[in-house]
Amino acid sequence: MNGAPRALDGTDPSTTILDWLRAQGLTGAKEGCAEGECGACSIMVARPTEGSGTQWTAINACLVPVAALDGQEVVTSEGLGRPDALHPVQREMAVRGGSQCGYCTPGFICSMAAEYYREGRCAPTAATPDPSQNGHEPAATANDPGNAPDHEHGPNGFDLHALSGNLCRCTGYRPIRDAAYALGAPADDDPYAARLAAAPPAARATRLDGATGTYARPGDLTEALSLLADHPDAVLVAGATDWGVEVNIRGARTPFAIGIDRLPELRTLSVGDDSVEIGAALSLSEVERGLAGRVPLLDKMFPQFASRLIRNGATIGGNLGTGSPIGDTPPALLALEALVVLASADGEREVPLADYFTGYRQTVKREGELIRAVRIPLPLSEVTAFHKIAKRRFDDISSVAVGFALDLREGVVTKARIGLGGVAATPIRALATEAALEGRAWSADVVREAAAVMRAEGTPMDDHRASAAYRTATLGTALLKLHAETATQQEVGA
Amino acid sequence: MSALSERPANPVVGQEIPHEAASLHVTGEALYTDDLAVRTHGILHAHPVQAPHAHARITRLDPSPALEVPGVVRVLTAEDVPGVNDAGVKHDEPLFPSEVMFFGHAVCWVLGETLEAARLGSLAVEVDYEPLPSLVTVHEAIEAGSFQGGQPHMERGDIEAGFAGAAHVYSGEFEFAGQEHFYLETHCSIALVDENGQIFVQSSTQHPTETQDIVAHVLGLPSHAVTVQCLRMGGGFGGKEMQPHGYAAIAALGSTLTGRPVRLRLNRTQDMTMSGKRHGFHAQWRVAFDDTGRLQALDATLTSDGGWSLDLSEPVLARALCHIDNAYWIPNVRVNGRIAKTHKTSQTAFRGFGGPQGMLVIEDILGRCAPQLGIDPIELRSRNFYVDGQSTPYGQPVRHPERVAICWEQVLTTGDVATRKADIAAYNASHEHSKRALAMTPVKFGISFNFTSFNQAGALVHVYKDGSVLITHGGTEMGQGLHTKMLQVAATTLGVPLSTVRLAPTRTDKVPNTSATAASSGADLNGGAVKDACEQIIERLRAVAAGRLGVHPADVRFSDGHVGKVGGGATVPWADLVNQAYFQRIQLWAAGFYRTEGLHWDSSAMHGSPFKYFSYGVAASEVEVDEFTGAYRLRQVDIVHDVGDSLSPLVDIGQVEGAFVQGAGWLTLEDLRWDESDRPSRGRLATQAASTYKLPSFSEMPEVFNVALLERAHEDGAVYGSKAVGEPPLMLAFSVREALREAAAAFGPAGTSVDLASPATPEAVFWAVQEARGGAEPPHMTAMVEGAPGVVPDQPGADAAPLRPRSEQAAQPARAGT
Repeated sequence: MNGAPRALDGTDPSTTILDWLRAQGLTGAKEGCAEGECGACSIMVARPTEGSGTQWTAINACLVPVAALDGQEVVTSEGLGRPDALHPVQREMAVRGGSQCGYCTPGFICSMAAEYYREGRCAPTAATPDPSQNGHEPAATANDPGNAPDHEHGPNGFDLHALSGNLCRCTGYRPIRDAAYALGAPADDDPYAARLAAAPPAARATRLDGATGTYARPGDLTEALSLLADHPDAVLVAGATDWGVEVNIRGARTPFAIGIDRLPELRTLSVGDDSVEIGAALSLSEVERGLAGRVPLLDKMFPQFASRLIRNGATIGGNLGTGSPIGDTPPALLALEALVVLASADGEREVPLADYFTGYRQTVKREGELIRAVRIPLPLSEVTAFHKIAKRRFDDISSVAVGFALDLREGVVTKARIGLGGVAATPIRALATEAALEGRAWSADVVREAAAVMRAEGTPMDDHRASAAYRTATLGTALLKLHAETATQQEVGA
Repeated sequence: MSALSERPANPVVGQEIPHEAASLHVTGEALYTDDLAVRTHGILHAHPVQAPHAHARITRLDPSPALEVPGVVRVLTAEDVPGVNDAGVKHDEPLFPSEVMFFGHAVCWVLGETLEAARLGSLAVEVDYEPLPSLVTVHEAIEAGSFQGGQPHMERGDIEAGFAGAAHVYSGEFEFAGQEHFYLETHCSIALVDENGQIFVQSSTQHPTETQDIVAHVLGLPSHAVTVQCLRMGGGFGGKEMQPHGYAAIAALGSTLTGRPVRLRLNRTQDMTMSGKRHGFHAQWRVAFDDTGRLQALDATLTSDGGWSLDLSEPVLARALCHIDNAYWIPNVRVNGRIAKTHKTSQTAFRGFGGPQGMLVIEDILGRCAPQLGIDPIELRSRNFYVDGQSTPYGQPVRHPERVAICWEQVLTTGDVATRKADIAAYNASHEHSKRALAMTPVKFGISFNFTSFNQAGALVHVYKDGSVLITHGGTEMGQGLHTKMLQVAATTLGVPLSTVRLAPTRTDKVPNTSATAASSGADLNGGAVKDACEQIIERLRAVAAGRLGVHPADVRFSDGHVGKVGGGATVPWADLVNQAYFQRIQLWAAGFYRTEGLHWDSSAMHGSPFKYFSYGVAASEVEVDEFTGAYRLRQVDIVHDVGDSLSPLVDIGQVEGAFVQGAGWLTLEDLRWDESDRPSRGRLATQAASTYKLPSFSEMPEVFNVALLERAHEDGAVYGSKAVGEPPLMLAFSVREALREAAAAFGPAGTSVDLASPATPEAVFWAVQEARGGAEPPHMTAMVEGAPGVVPDQPGADAAPLRPRSEQAAQPARAGT
């Protein structure tokens, strides 16, 4: 903790990192929402890179059980600098008016510092269009600053999405952006930069027993499956982005939690000839980095999935494991015809994701099983898109989400796979729409017909996020939007 | 130039400096009330028992099972209150209710050794309820005739003659939502009792004096037995003007009963389900224009959704009426106001305090009518600006109306509006599925508390023997930079460097009888008081310096830590002079006081000059709307805003930008949804967490954001020529809403008038686009009607109570609002 060890003795397993920090007197990290939405509790932890080094990774301290930090390295705003010796990130934020009330500020500092130290940040790569901006012209023009190819990246390579999980109610964000974009490269003697070359602490097996239950992190999959067999009601915890909400908001106390976030068997990523296999306990950020653009549909989904703070913890296994109808990976994975690899003491089985969900938060996953990986068959369809309907572009929950994967041959749709979220009790495939497209021309008329079919898919509901009428309407326009986008791309390409 | 507004040479005011606590903020060292809990030995934690009904009678409350829960120390109920069981200034807010008035109403509080113990204890308390019929929407309240408080009426000119002779008459209705403050720091109080029975309450409060008053009367103690301190707030926005008092009283009551410190911190959902919000309003209106688009008459009835108790609803409504004109001359006006009583949280102050609601009505009218009149909205608005010599509907002359026009012209020029409008037209012609629009709106906002008595402030300035200076004043710091400005005012008046001056937290035993830090008035009022205190000290030191330097006292100059003679020559270091003065037995501290001069207001007649001056600003916003989803982007915003001669430019720019984005959040994104069904959850706030109630995030920041402060804007009547800044820029965000309306209209034929719901979420914009294209009527909207009679605004009944004059209210023990 900020360079010195602190004992976890006597801590209850339901204690979050944030509550533990504050009880220790480290009150820099704040509770703003207790559900991973505001980022006021952001801290940095040392996590592995794809190579052998460390990546400072910002996470929401309010969501994660402190037991999961056993043996780990953590840095808070207090550790980064002191009022009379500010860290470069702190200095830029202070002098540019990046804080007003100051309550969200320590969290911003940690999210910003993690991006400051991101490997490769200072060598800006070629601008990549923001995937959420589909439908807007990709090229910038001189009198069109809002559409600069990289209006979410600074000249110093700073990715604004690093701050997508931090809310500020005072500033309107402009001075925070300016502070982020003014950061240079870390100094040669910067201890946190120097730390990057060496590996982070290994995840060690641990167990914490307390009044409300037990948190146990096994050392490998075999041990995890054996624990699961002994405790069939155990809650599997990886990024804890759901666990934290249950504990903080719903008052749930977990009698037995099994930490699977660092199991090596669940953290593999392999690209073979006929499939891509993604370990269930890799964080979405790790998947994004590891795939490095090899699955374009996922790349379109990632920036729209919650926030960077959440993606640094949340896993595909968790997103599928909760069985929620509004998770953002299922519509994309359904379109990719993904398979869920389920492991138990008896071995492994593979289930097509389309057959995985059986009802509201119900799945085919049996007692004693856990999700080890997700397998995406190759080759991939060439036309893909991810449409998310939400009130807010960064860090919101879908009203409707649509994953598209289409093969076009000489203007004809040879294959269509469409995954839908938010329109039924489970994520579903838009099977009727797929049928209305396959074998037919990718033309305005056919698309209009198929769009009418798609409008009738699912059974959308009214709630506080959107009306059923709007959900139905946007289901009906999604295909039209995709068609308009592909038309634009073809024009630009030609 | 007045003595109050004149600046000396080389003033510290006007320097662009960071927030005084910035280095504490960024390192996490800045302490907020809840951060004190871990530093307080033996502290107990309070947790509420919240009722699961919108309206119900409590038939039985048995706390005894909670006492069986390990770690539960005590359950606080109505029987424990030694003084008055009421937390409101209107005596309509029982601290421990016998009747549940909204879903989530706290019926009692459990104290535990840990928060977990208190939480488990609260689950164990047994409460029986007899559900009662409830009114959840403002419509239901209007139908039922459920109103509370006074019903103000504002009238000028001859309303019927105004309509009779007009070329164009339109009428309509408009209902728009409130807003959750969502200060990042939720409500928090920590109370302890000393050996002498003195209560010390640390509270996240914008109004420490009123917190002190309420704690004292709940405990049945005189005010001198209660001290309230506010270190700083993690945001307030009006939500901590009146709402903290009850929570502070619970903590204080718990502390007196147990003898131990008590912490009461609401978690986010408790805060959102228990504390008041910005009022949503319903408006009925008729409007008349002449054939050139000049406003002739406005007849409107505004009904605010007050929630279960009055709180600040009356002054909020009064300010709404006083801002329905915004920056426009309307010769004939009749506006009635009333406050619906509904079974919801008690709505309260929120940045702008009714001003935004009043102004939204006229901006919505202009936005809807412009296409019907065939006049470009930019032209329609500017054609109706006030000019010199005109006065508001409540009779206050509009001083400096030309500043709106100057700001308008500057935005047109620096925002390159003409070129961009042409670019937008070209873009729209070539893009079938997305449309852009640029809209401009002005702001005129009155500065001062409507309630004249609140326009006073105090300060305490100490100069120590070594020359160092410690200041305290009655205002609270919530991020708005008030303390930064006060340090700059003190350094300027004393002629010392900023580093010589330090500021101590706001406490009621340092400066008594303070007003709320609200109504944007913090710097005006407290700045006047700090300056007064410093000037008293300077006058005393002037005599000492005159003797030492051998010059006439009037020729002594204090500047940058040196004391010398006007025109140069030898100087004496400030600290030396101070030390010398001490040995001459000169008083080196002073209490300062300030009262705003020239205000008068008759709240019964809704007439007078309640404001010291008006703040002005103009914004231009450009948006792009996607046909398929209604999603939009805020491409560019250009703002010119009048803050007088800025006391602290970095702070003021931050206030303008932050207020704008907060206003845009209210108008476009933030969606309070209450359960209006007949299910058992009726009245429950459905959007009660950050996951369901979405604030603006980085993705809502304008992609290009140009903010300029109006130059040569000296304000003669305010401290060092400055103007208030906290609230007015929030209303610049109307430009975003109007741009969305125009972009939606661009999907239809030219001249399409669009009704846009508020908030204009992507869904609302989607329906507006459908309407523009001739499709379905959008939900939640009543279409505008051309010609008479259309909508005729409700008129008050003969027995409706007017807003009573404040002088009468002040004679009662009740405390007054803003």
